[in-house]
Amino acid sequence: MPAPESLFDKLWGSHLVQAQSESTPAIIYIDLHLVHEVTSPQGFDLLREKGIGVRRPERTLATLDHSTPTLAPDADGKRPYYTKQAQRQVQTLRDNCREFGIELHDWDSPYRGIVHVMGPEMGATQPGMTIVCGDSHTSTHGAFGALAFGIGTTEVGHVLAKQCLLQNKPKSMRINVNGRLAEGVTAKDLALNIIRHLGMNGGTGFVIEYAGEAVRSLDMEGRMTLCNLTIEAGARAGMIAPDETTINYLRGKARVPEGGAFELAAAQWLQLASDPGATFDSEITLEASTMRPAITYGTDPGMSIDIGDTVPLANTVSHQKALQYMGFEGGQQMSERNVDVVFIGSCTNGRISDLRAAAKVLRGRSIASHVRMLVVPGSESVRRQAESEGLHETFNAAGAEWRLPGCSMCLAMNGDLVAAGETAVSTSNRNFEGRQGSGSRTLLASPETAAASAVMGRVASVSDLETREVC
Amino acid sequence: MDAITKLTGPVLVLEQENIDTDQIIPARFLTATDFDGIGDHLFADWRLDSNGEPKPGHVLNEARARRSPILVGGHNFGCGSSREHAPHALLGFGFRVVISSQIADIFRSNSQNVGLLPVVLEADQHATLMQMDGEEITVDLEQCEVIARTAYGPEHRWPFSIDPFARHCLLRGLHRFEFLDQAEEAIVAFEENR
Repeated sequence: MPAPESLFDKLWGSHLVQAQSESTPAIIYIDLHLVHEVTSPQGFDLLREKGIGVRRPERTLATLDHSTPTLAPDADGKRPYYTKQAQRQVQTLRDNCREFGIELHDWDSPYRGIVHVMGPEMGATQPGMTIVCGDSHTSTHGAFGALAFGIGTTEVGHVLAKQCLLQNKPKSMRINVNGRLAEGVTAKDLALNIIRHLGMNGGTGFVIEYAGEAVRSLDMEGRMTLCNLTIEAGARAGMIAPDETTINYLRGKARVPEGGAFELAAAQWLQLASDPGATFDSEITLEASTMRPAITYGTDPGMSIDIGDTVPLANTVSHQKALQYMGFEGGQQMSERNVDVVFIGSCTNGRISDLRAAAKVLRGRSIASHVRMLVVPGSESVRRQAESEGLHETFNAAGAEWRLPGCSMCLAMNGDLVAAGETAVSTSNRNFEGRQGSGSRTLLASPETAAASAVMGRVASVSDLETREVC
Repeated sequence: MDAITKLTGPVLVLEQENIDTDQIIPARFLTATDFDGIGDHLFADWRLDSNGEPKPGHVLNEARARRSPILVGGHNFGCGSSREHAPHALLGFGFRVVISSQIADIFRSNSQNVGLLPVVLEADQHATLMQMDGEEITVDLEQCEVIARTAYGPEHRWPFSIDPFARHCLLRGLHRFEFLDQAEEAIVAFEENR
């Protein structure tokens, strides 16, 4: 009998080109390389320096997302890039893709979007694959039972040139989440609860497999949100074994096999689940039913509380510094916090289910007069779907701005900024100092919480909003 | 990539824990298509005001900062984004070594790829070093040892471990790509046997 293997062991083993030795790392093969404008230019330079091409252009897929404006072009078709340099960066990717024969989803593509939204939508992301991108939120794709992680630009060059990476095998961790999430508690809340439990560095050195009833009960978009945020606990990759939910999501997608070939592939994908008796370097178990909608109060994603709770008292210098930056006092009620900006979008929560959830809260309501709210679909596909359902009208009617797809205010490099001193409730993934603009203060939360906070003009859960309206 | 074997110089201490790559190099400086001059934007939001002028009193604006080759940061240094701009900015500013009690995974491998030596020490050793701002220490990659001599205290010799292949490449200033390039036969065989 072969030893029982985990999902991660199977993915690692099936992509091993050359085993790790005492003095050298393993070489692993990469099935899908996703590329965007920010972390790729210097990677392409390696190819020019070596006088070589992209080894597997058909395994490489590029999009424009980080530096792109989310406002519409002017009457002359000119797009409002934040800086000339941003425009040049976009043009550089365009030039590189043309020179090296890579499929680029440019402005005219019906698929263009945030790299981690687009890949799954196209069916390019599939179970059993190794997937990399010069972007730490590549962990998103692990939701499909893929080994997916972020790499640096030097490694982008390596994958372009050789379709391979040098890697030491990380340690493995399984997080079992038993029971069911209560009504109104989302995948984002689950993820924030897990990061709170692990701490922002508790996953360092690990690949995490999420398991248990609460994880299995998530739809694919919820699973992507959960895996997306794995890096916020320090782990490069998070993954969930493929099941019927995975297969039903993928059936009919553009890039997956059709008909009998799909069913054959699906049968193989189901074999990827961790074997009974598979071992992990670390294993923890959490209970879902006690989790409540969460929101961050500090400057790392591990610093979150339930919305009804008070901000914890500072117990370290770093904690005190975080509270000071955020303008919080220990012991303060979170729900007293005034909100200036609300952002719905990003590779964490910019999918159609996220927009539907936000629109459901906003329908028939208006955002507070002092709040500025941006809703940024994760991709053109999400935008089309949302507009076909009339969600954009709900957002506009409530007083929010409906924008074009992109990373936008998540990292604020395209000019979508939160001003210094302002507080944003954001559905994105990082609340680091200045993440959404110099001096900006970010509270991470679910789309539901973000929308409720926009209406109330202060931090609020959906149930807070409903309670107030009944009174 | 410049080799790094043994280096002696003053340390610069940043006490903050969880120094993320958005602090090291904010996203608005990521639109360049090369890494030239990126060191000028290192910790931009901490050390520069909104006009790009140095904030008086910040340790990174002291004259010694650019002459300190060794940065000692609080626990969990380099967390967050995968931007390789972070180690490039540290190198561009003048650092060659980053020491902490934990270093984030992607930042560590990025650093090794671009010639910045990441060193992880035990918590108590790191705590001692955090009290040695401005003092001269030696980081010896040959011996995998940090040697710290305090004026009045004992000499500390702290061994550290590092991935042997990363060490091999850093000692010689080798790009890891060459190793991958030499594995061409194995890659072809893998592709053919799938």
